[in-house]
Amino acid sequence: MATAAIESHDPHAGAHPATSTGLNNTKIAIWAFIGSECFFFASLISTYLIYKGRSLVGPFPHEAWTDPSTHQVFKAILNIPITSVSTFVLLMSSLAMVLAHSAVVRGDRKSSKIWLASTALLGATFLGFQAYEFTSFVHEGLTIHTNLFGSSFFILTGFHGAHVTAGVIWLLTLLFIDIKRGLTPDEAINVDVCALYWHFVDVVWIAIFTLVYLIK
Amino acid sequence: MAADHSHSSVSHDAHGDAAAHEHTHPDWGTYKWVALILTLITALEVWIYYLPSFTATRLFVPTLLALSAIKFAIVVMFYMHLKYDAKLFRALFIGPLLIASFIIVGLLFLFNHIKIQF
Repeated sequence: MATAAIESHDPHAGAHPATSTGLNNTKIAIWAFIGSECFFFASLISTYLIYKGRSLVGPFPHEAWTDPSTHQVFKAILNIPITSVSTFVLLMSSLAMVLAHSAVVRGDRKSSKIWLASTALLGATFLGFQAYEFTSFVHEGLTIHTNLFGSSFFILTGFHGAHVTAGVIWLLTLLFIDIKRGLTPDEAINVDVCALYWHFVDVVWIAIFTLVYLIK
Repeated sequence: MAADHSHSSVSHDAHGDAAAHEHTHPDWGTYKWVALILTLITALEVWIYYLPSFTATRLFVPTLLALSAIKFAIVVMFYMHLKYDAKLFRALFIGPLLIASFIIVGLLFLFNHIKIQF
């Protein structure tokens, strides 16, 4: 009796076995995981903020620096216009993600494929911007070994990028399943869980964009 | 069997309660409005960044933090459905988020990035 599947009336949850909480265990697990990720990113963000302004040598994020030994001038390293565009891209990927989830819930297979592909594409575009940014920083003299800013910046944004990469792989997996045999409304929970992870990656970037890029 | 039956009915009740929480999710129109608001707030943040008269004031950092917090809350409430979902999900997210935020502020105090002047 206890193991009998309950027919769910929630189109977002799909049918799931009876649980003591009455909630889908997969969804509880992803929320618990997201809760633990809050601590992970809090440690990286606090490390960045503690080291902020304590680098002995440049390049610096918001102000130019002249190397006293070579007299080489390094301009402020952060490129706000480019990062603003990549932030917009990530925000739009969240919109595409909710539309993908909505399409799967409705059983609209054509739209679900379009929006899942759009989300993955926008995520990949964000990663492209990040690769461009990292490459240009290295060309301008900032590496992970250069100073405290470089170390904490690359670690923080690098781990965020790794999370985006994992999200893109997850999205492509869902897209592959959708193309291969179609995602049914009963499987909407699988897209919902991926969407929660994706939106979390988005909110982490919202914090990073302000704390790292905009606050001088 | 009786115990099983009892457990099952508890689960059904709990599920019904949880499902009631999860029933009302935003529609496409809401999602698009949310996207527009997020875009406008991001544009406002970047505009503020390029205002020398404003960046020099004490309001610069609190304003950016407030705008960021609004964007964060909007995504969590509408895109992650936390506004509509079960209370357990809210507890699982907001609990660690608050502790993590206190840890960040505490560390900034410890390393003298934030000072209280008497």
